[in-house]
Amino acid sequence: MSIVTGALRNVRDVARDPRSWWQRSKGNIELWANLIVLGWALVFMLWRGGGFAITVGSVFAIWAILAVSLNLVVGYAGLLSVGHIGFLGIGAYTTAVLTSHASYEQLRTEAIPTFGWPFFAALPFSVLLAGVVALVVGVAFNRFRDDIYVLVSFGFAVIAFTTFLSWRNLTRGAFGIHEIARPAIGPWVFDGELEFLALLLVFLGLVVLIAWLIVTSSFGRVLTAIREDEQAIQVFGYRTTHYKLAIWVISAMIAGLAGALLASWSTFIDPNSFVLLESVLLVSIVILGGLASIWGSLLGALAFVMLEEGMRFVPFLPSEFIGQIRQVILGILLVLLMLFRPQGLVGRFKL
Amino acid sequence: MSTQVDPRVYVLETREISKSFGAVKAIDQLTISILREWLTCIVGPNGSGKSTLINLLSGLLPLDGGIVVVDNVGLRVVKAHASPDHGITRTFQEVRLFDQISVWDNIMVVLTERRVFPALLERAKPSHRDEAERILKSVGMWEKRDAMAQDLSYGQRKLLEIGRAMAMDVQIYLFDEPFAGLFPRMLEQVKSILKDMREQKRSIVFVSHNMDIVRELSDHLFVLDSGTLLAAGEVEEVLARSTVIDAYLGH
Repeated sequence: MSIVTGALRNVRDVARDPRSWWQRSKGNIELWANLIVLGWALVFMLWRGGGFAITVGSVFAIWAILAVSLNLVVGYAGLLSVGHIGFLGIGAYTTAVLTSHASYEQLRTEAIPTFGWPFFAALPFSVLLAGVVALVVGVAFNRFRDDIYVLVSFGFAVIAFTTFLSWRNLTRGAFGIHEIARPAIGPWVFDGELEFLALLLVFLGLVVLIAWLIVTSSFGRVLTAIREDEQAIQVFGYRTTHYKLAIWVISAMIAGLAGALLASWSTFIDPNSFVLLESVLLVSIVILGGLASIWGSLLGALAFVMLEEGMRFVPFLPSEFIGQIRQVILGILLVLLMLFRPQGLVGRFKL
Repeated sequence: MSTQVDPRVYVLETREISKSFGAVKAIDQLTISILREWLTCIVGPNGSGKSTLINLLSGLLPLDGGIVVVDNVGLRVVKAHASPDHGITRTFQEVRLFDQISVWDNIMVVLTERRVFPALLERAKPSHRDEAERILKSVGMWEKRDAMAQDLSYGQRKLLEIGRAMAMDVQIYLFDEPFAGLFPRMLEQVKSILKDMREQKRSIVFVSHNMDIVRELSDHLFVLDSGTLLAAGEVEEVLARSTVIDAYLGH
């Protein structure tokens, strides 16, 4: 509510005296970050038209769900995980295997079980399996902190990728799984891209709501205290390992949800979607947007997707370099950000 | 002292506890008994084991040997997260607040639900809010409640940490050098906080190097030296002993 009244007050003030508003907001980096990213996204979508906007919106929604889930762990609990892509993969493969109804009996490809479940039946299992794996992994990870945590989560990402690649009679290894089912409610199938975008945005809204409820609860406050000084908060009667485990599992379940949506949206997955680099990009999005800020994660995801897609339209750029160059640009952006604005675009907390 | 309780009631005892760091014996077979509802002071030269003792009592460090007795229950292992259950809370020698969260949240976080699942469902309760407001006002930080803890001055941080300990409704308060580095005005404030807490029948243990304050406040005094107990008893009487003067005050 206060956001609305605040915005209204701003509009009124600008109407009264635009110059004073300019004076006041000139140095407000947060405001400018919002304006630039949102404005850029809007102009871009208007320029490229509806089809582009729908695709970009869908990619954004999936990255945003992932970024919000990772921010719970990295930004709020202070556990720098680079293994989150593993949970995305677990969610995606669970949905892919459970919904797949294509028969892979052709020569030179692996045959895998075809369950042929509807998407909405497979979705809870994706979420649950990601949660169960996170529970097992998290018990081991709870012994570690800081830089060691980065290393063990790195290990998890590598193990997950290798599993997707090598467990061929379940994942078809490098061939990947095709013809993953689109969601359907009764006779109504989410075939069109626009319908799917709507579905993704509903899930994104749900995830943002859950994340907001978590971080504004007493639980969320304890997480920030664990991030600041784990020993100190223990002395006040908190079993911090339980808290860290809980947020780790919740976050992994949200990542599993993103995986299920990704599998169904793209209808094809292979292990290359779940390499460590993607995980590092995800961490970059969270830091770029701002740690311990849900809005920051949304903004970071939007900026990242716009950068990624925007590179396609840079003139004189050979298309084969686009992928690499966007990573170079993201790297440079992150270095600049760490130098001049370590809390990210709209964050409060510095690593 | 003017306390109504039998002065022989011990709230916290250690029986031959030890702690070594490598070859250094920080605490060596130490046996002390802390009296209920008294203001107990621990003094000793640097490195005599005062902070180590407080870390052992609050479970921040594991015991190498010996038993801690809280309310007549003997403990071989003191877990940090269980220390409030034993009725113990503490402050740190080097102030350890939750730096990048607000002053308000620094107090709220020690008031709210401890168990994970109820905490997930708990929003700020009116009773917690009232308590946090009372604590912040009593340490004079109410106006600063929205500031980040890292933006406070040293004295304010020290006060906030004492406030955070006060927010815990327990019997035993361990204050590690609550007076170090404070200006006179804040020194008086902390002194009156400690006196108030004694009025409210809490047991307080504090470490201090300031002999004027030790003389003024303490009901009971322990002198540590190299991890062993050098002397214990009435303040003036202990400070007059020649062994104490040699070990500590003589230099």
